[in-house]
Amino acid sequence: MSDLLTEIVHKYNYWLYIILMMIGLYAMIAKNNLIKKLVGMNIFQTAIILFFISIGYKEDATIPIIAGGHGDHAAHKAIEASQYINPLPHVLMLTAIVVSVATLGVALALVVMIYQRYQTLEEDEIRMRVKQ
Amino acid sequence: MRLAGLIIVIICGGLLLSATQDFPAWGDPDSPASTHLSDHYITKGLEETGAPNLVTAVLADYRGYDTMFETVVVFGAGIACIFLLRTYTQRTRGREYRHIPTGVIIHIQNPDKRGPRDQREFELIDNMWVPHDLIIKTVCRVGIPFIQLFGLYVVCHGDFSPGGGFQGGVIFGASLILLALSFDLRTVLDRISEQTMGLLCALGVVIYSGIGCLCILLGGNFLDYGRLASVLPVDPSHIRALGMLGVEIGVGFSVMSVMIILYVNIASEGRHNQGL
Repeated sequence: MSDLLTEIVHKYNYWLYIILMMIGLYAMIAKNNLIKKLVGMNIFQTAIILFFISIGYKEDATIPIIAGGHGDHAAHKAIEASQYINPLPHVLMLTAIVVSVATLGVALALVVMIYQRYQTLEEDEIRMRVKQ
Repeated sequence: MRLAGLIIVIICGGLLLSATQDFPAWGDPDSPASTHLSDHYITKGLEETGAPNLVTAVLADYRGYDTMFETVVVFGAGIACIFLLRTYTQRTRGREYRHIPTGVIIHIQNPDKRGPRDQREFELIDNMWVPHDLIIKTVCRVGIPFIQLFGLYVVCHGDFSPGGGFQGGVIFGASLILLALSFDLRTVLDRISEQTMGLLCALGVVIYSGIGCLCILLGGNFLDYGRLASVLPVDPSHIRALGMLGVEIGVGFSVMSVMIILYVNIASEGRHNQGL
């Protein structure tokens, strides 16, 4: 039991993201309302974004912008990789956020069309009206 | 359905949680993600690209292809939203007009035939959404130019400080959405028409791929910004940062117009006459 507890304390970030991700997944599967499903999808995406960002973190490191690298007098001193956090996850998540906005936009457009046609966003009611 | 969902979620979550044992510890500098390629980006990034902001350097230079197609995805989302929602048939359920001197609101059943003649005295307002609040309007009118200026700064300074085309474009688009919220949708569409938004959205992708093709024409690879040195009279050590800036401006155009396209189409259900 104490092993499990120390494990959780050491890896608490992953535990939080997995719980968040599962909340999103549950909302996508079990909720009846289409907008709630979309909110679940966004929670899922947020969990993945947080996971990637936490992968890029290093102890005692700062943001990946080279200090003193501006202008013509850029200091050409040796740059230690341990001074700066990993820029790659940030890049990947920067684009992932934009893509999540784009998918959310298209999904909302589809939801608006569904509402115009069936006058409801509840999944079971839509299914009933499709069968009619 | 709920029970099945709960079981699936618990099984997936349990598997993922048991996998966390193998994950690197929080903030470990020797974790696999931070060792191989990331070291090269950090130690050689400034020297190779001339941009102190390594995120922008990786985004626009090392992973230029990725970002280009990311911009195409955003462009595609905007176009898809137009195709899905835009309708040109106006359902006239009557219109509401506000008499400006007195504030009286009148409802006109058939506005095309019997609309108010003097447009200066009567103001067309929305049926569903009637934002007429002096405080909100004034605050937004004062604040929006500064938000837009900040958006432009974030785009232009993306090589040196946190920022870039995606973020700046979103800030700029959000300022116009704020305008639509505080005034109304027509105010935004008077300032930036549907055609302009569509053109800007395509222009962003054209700028990005155009810079890439220009590099090919100058004898390099696609998006090899170093080749631009022969046409731009600047310090060769900054030429890659300058190429990145051009690309970021393209991204900014695309993202900004797609934000507004998404908002306008969804809020007005594609009719572009009134909405949230």
